[in-house]
Amino acid sequence: MSMLSAESLALIDKEIAKYPADQRQSAVMSALRIAQVEKGWLSTETMDFVAHYLGMQPIAVYEVATFYNMYNIKPVGKHKLCVCTNLPCKLMGADEIADRLKKKLGIEFGETTEDKQFTLVEGECMGACGDAPLLLVNNHRMESFLNEEKIDALLDELKNK
Amino acid sequence: MVIQPGPVIFNTLHLPEPWKLSTYVSAGGYSALRKILAENIPAETIIAEVKTSALRGRGGAGFPTGLKWSFMPRQFPGDKYIVCNSDEGEPGTFKDRDIMRYNPHALIEGMIIAGYTLGAKAGYNYIHGEIWDIYEGMERAVEEARAAGYLGDNILGSDFSFDLYNHHGYGAYICGEETALLESIEGKKGQPRFKPPFPASFGLYGKPTTINNTETLASIPYIMREGGQKFLELGRPNNGGTKVFSVSGHVEKPGNYEIPMGTPFSELLEMAGGIRGGRQLKAVIPGGSSAPVLPGEIMMDCTMDFDSIAKAGSMLGSGAVIVMDETVCMVRALERLSYFYYEESCGQCTPCREGTGWMYRVVHRIEHGQGRPEDLDLLDRVAGNIAGRTICALGDAAAMPVQGMLKHYRHEFEHHIEHRKCLVQSGAM
Repeated sequence: MSMLSAESLALIDKEIAKYPADQRQSAVMSALRIAQVEKGWLSTETMDFVAHYLGMQPIAVYEVATFYNMYNIKPVGKHKLCVCTNLPCKLMGADEIADRLKKKLGIEFGETTEDKQFTLVEGECMGACGDAPLLLVNNHRMESFLNEEKIDALLDELKNK
Repeated sequence: MVIQPGPVIFNTLHLPEPWKLSTYVSAGGYSALRKILAENIPAETIIAEVKTSALRGRGGAGFPTGLKWSFMPRQFPGDKYIVCNSDEGEPGTFKDRDIMRYNPHALIEGMIIAGYTLGAKAGYNYIHGEIWDIYEGMERAVEEARAAGYLGDNILGSDFSFDLYNHHGYGAYICGEETALLESIEGKKGQPRFKPPFPASFGLYGKPTTINNTETLASIPYIMREGGQKFLELGRPNNGGTKVFSVSGHVEKPGNYEIPMGTPFSELLEMAGGIRGGRQLKAVIPGGSSAPVLPGEIMMDCTMDFDSIAKAGSMLGSGAVIVMDETVCMVRALERLSYFYYEESCGQCTPCREGTGWMYRVVHRIEHGQGRPEDLDLLDRVAGNIAGRTICALGDAAAMPVQGMLKHYRHEFEHHIEHRKCLVQSGAM
């Protein structure tokens, strides 16, 4: 089993405290998110550790990790870019944004660059359609009102990180 | 993005740092809660006030909030919960994000009042995982409220104790369905539950639970501060209050507009700057992607309230208005929406799991020049056989866009099948 850092465990404990004492499982979504931030993706070993920590069956943790699409159940690049292509974003040029990213990175949706820097995925509605078109960087950073210049600047910034 | 302020939801927007507790208090915030606790106002009185307001659920269903609250077995001796559904993932909807960003304390006060009224000891606010900065902002706002004595034991010196916690989703549209959301808080896959039993009797952790949308709960402080009658009069009979409409797509000024229920659509479109680039309005999805599409000329005769949009054959839903101009190919638009429901079906019920994929594949082949003459009848049949035959409303939500498109734009689909290409030549999309 793959341990998590003391910092991650402290964050998970804070989440567990939100729920009744006999409902530790309620913290599983947060725990997996925290584990993913630390490890980059959720290996079976990491999920097993989360299961053990929360007193859950491992299968119940795998079910959650595979059901919600922001969990990385396979290794991803250092920067995962998730582009919304749903209708409101599409009306505002999401396809052109996606094409620009594919061309610049040389990959299709669902692929990772050879240098393991970038993974590109197609996303569903992120609930921010007034800011379309948009994408998420590693789940937690939203880039809005995208155009070609912004895409180029974002890739330059992330490359140097 | 534009935000049009209003009296109920975006009432702190004109002030500096509108999200802060001190700002909210300076605009009359938490005075309703103070009064309720100081005067020990009975739950029946609060529910009566909410009924008077004609507040209807802002998450999409439009169910009267006061009536929903009256279903809660308040005398049940064990734990009870109030849950806020901020899992805003219906394509076109982005109002709850701005409510939590700019006026989180209206939601918090609304949830505390709901907790008091329904006898709940705790509340959970389930926030869409994709809007991470908003989740962090809500965490700060809850801390702020707790530090000021609005949450926790013996709130404001009363004998009422209540606490509130934020829970985040992580990428599953289905969790906007209320029983899937409860499963998700319990740490499981978000698969909807059979009903009955309804959450009011068997909800979170099997305890009586009331679930309301963010905007619904954020409207409660105004109703208790100013009176249900005043809220009702902001809108129109049976459609009380102002409502936040999220306008996206081909308008000059996309954004959130807090306007009275019953405002003509033409006025809302004008507020949003009209159609981009001087083009013509083609069609509108008036209530989020699940609502049947309506042609522009029908929308121009509608007012923005539950009853008017329903009469025109669609739904006000969550108030997400997706505007499409003359360059949009409706086959392509439907192809993307059908893919969404296929992708997001939880897989529990056969008609939805199989039917959403089937509909997507048929629309996909029509869009890509491989449609067959019998495909439109097939789509009618598949959509008709999903609707009403599933545990939750995602099945209906997947069928309605197909049915709406085929009702109003059948000729575009026929053209695609016959000529293997698009009727719309200018083709922005």
